[in-house]
Amino acid sequence: MEKILAIEHLSKTFVIHNLNKHIEALRDVCIDLKEGEFVGITGKSGSGKSTVFKCIYRTYAPQQGCIWYHSKKFGLINLAELSERQMIYLRKYEIGYVSQFLNIMPRTTARELVKQAVLEMGYEEERAELEAVKMLEHFELDQELWDCYPGTFSGGEKLRLNIARAMVKRPRLLLLDEPTASLDPASKLKVRELIEQLKREGTTMIGIFHDIEFMENLCTREYTMRDGKLADLEL
Amino acid sequence: MIKFEQPVLSINNLNKQFGKGCPSCKGSNEDSLKKNYCPVCGTVYACQNIMFEVYAGEILGVVGESGSGKSTLMQCLYFDQEVSSGEAYISSYKDGKTDVFAESSQQKRYIRNHMMGKVYQNPLLGLRINFTSIGNIAEKLIAAGNRHVGKMEARGKELLEHVNIPIYRMKEAPKNFSGGMQQRVQIAKALSNNPPLLLLDEVTTGLDLSVQASVLDLIKTIQRELQITVVIVSHDLGVIRMLADRTMVMLDGRIIEQGLTDQILEDPQHGYTQHLVQSLL
Ligand SMILES: Nc1ncnc2c1ncn2[C@@H]1O[C@H](COP(=O)(O)OP(=O)(O)OP(=O)(O)O)[C@@H](O)[C@H]1O
Ligand SMILES: Nc1ncnc2c1ncn2[C@@H]1O[C@H](COP(=O)(O)OP(=O)(O)OP(=O)(O)O)[C@@H](O)[C@H]1O
Ligand SMILES: [Mg+2]
Ligand SMILES: [Mg+2]
Ligand SMILES: [Zn+2]
Repeated sequence: MEKILAIEHLSKTFVIHNLNKHIEALRDVCIDLKEGEFVGITGKSGSGKSTVFKCIYRTYAPQQGCIWYHSKKFGLINLAELSERQMIYLRKYEIGYVSQFLNIMPRTTARELVKQAVLEMGYEEERAELEAVKMLEHFELDQELWDCYPGTFSGGEKLRLNIARAMVKRPRLLLLDEPTASLDPASKLKVRELIEQLKREGTTMIGIFHDIEFMENLCTREYTMRDGKLADLEL
Repeated sequence: MIKFEQPVLSINNLNKQFGKGCPSCKGSNEDSLKKNYCPVCGTVYACQNIMFEVYAGEILGVVGESGSGKSTLMQCLYFDQEVSSGEAYISSYKDGKTDVFAESSQQKRYIRNHMMGKVYQNPLLGLRINFTSIGNIAEKLIAAGNRHVGKMEARGKELLEHVNIPIYRMKEAPKNFSGGMQQRVQIAKALSNNPPLLLLDEVTTGLDLSVQASVLDLIKTIQRELQITVVIVSHDLGVIRMLADRTMVMLDGRIIEQGLTDQILEDPQHGYTQHLVQSLL
């Protein structure tokens, strides 16, 4: 199978100017991802897992190393050198990201939020509505909540909404940063089901998980991070 | 880097100074200036070497502290001020191949009336405060070549409705309106000629929080529905976070940093931006 993502020697140091501080978050990280794979990343808090994702998604500015991505639109490209416009395109159509912490638009209802993700891709209103409803139903988000503002949702409800919003786009590459951390067992199972479904459909995924149990039988491979570096390959 | 689309607006090396300059500051590097100001002759270098592009359907945010040159930049883009030097290309004008800053004032007026809308930081600059609200909109429609009174009135009503100004108040002058309503009339006016490019200068400043929220929602909705390109200036990072796809940070007349809005907020590179973001959190 073809590689869809190849991170080569990625390093990232944050410079906090007024404190005159340097925080080395990543050093020489190399990660591969083949099409259709679901790769897991584990590691202690602060080991740099989220930083890797944010570098891929360009929430963090690139520094050293390459992030090769095989784009449907642009071919083989280095995400670390991509123009912002191209990154915006990829975020819309190819790369999905479920962040560890929820950032939800104020004054936008749950239904609108999921719908907007579909509309962004240029689909018609009706199609967007249909897809949004399907996704909200799948995650068993209480129908009464659909037209409410997510600001008041419980942690688990927000999270399910967040995942619904990312997954409704059927991205080719999906980054999942602890998508199950604060969920109850039933919701966890729902997320798992959807991940399995996406896997069957050929979505390539990379996920950060705290509970190893969840990853078992789901991940094709696993990386462990320690102090900003990759620990020896396990599994 | 590969370019895969043509920008709606492209700015090259824009400079704007107030004052003639003197031997001590002319052509000098930033060291001899105190911020953007020459202490010898008093010249203000309000915009320096500004370069950027804006793309179709995009919202570009401009942040920076008071006096950093944001309004001056917007005034230059709308031809309210003549630039000291620099070029601008607009894709809908002569295929984006002609520097619009170098065009005649008649052409500039044409571009402004047909291709741009602007909301001013100060409603007094953007509206004729004693005209009726609908009259303010008609003024822009007439400038854009409309003559049919009935059609203009219908369009005006539609626009006022869009920005939630009750139709029964359309014959009132904006001087009787609250700040938020005045800004909404400005937005309606700016949108009246269906401009591909909308310039917004501090649309929410001075409004109370709930009014701010409704103005922001309005902008977001209009932008999504009409797929227009927006440049929005604000010193409020919250506004930028909510609206902008990409953001530029200005300091003392220069762009010190630009990037994806989430990157500017989560991984600011410049010390000043870090300071700005810190004050938000
Ligand atoms: N924007 C930032 N600015 C400065 N330092 C940062 C930033 N983001 C992350 N770091 C630092 O980088 C290191 C790695 O953080 P990261 O969030 O990647 O850890 P993580 O493995 O995801 O941890 P957790 O499991 O707790 O989510 C930490 O020391 C953190 O303080
Ligand atoms: N017409 C003018 N004549 C002389 N100086 C001017 C003029 N207009 C602006 N300036 C100066 O140019 C600089 C930039 O002003 P500008 O209004 O662009 O700032 P701004 O970033 O919009 O600030 P604010 O956030 O307060 O609106 C300031 O130092 C200002 O005093
Ligand atoms: Mg993390
Ligand atoms: Mg200003
Ligand atoms: Zn001088």
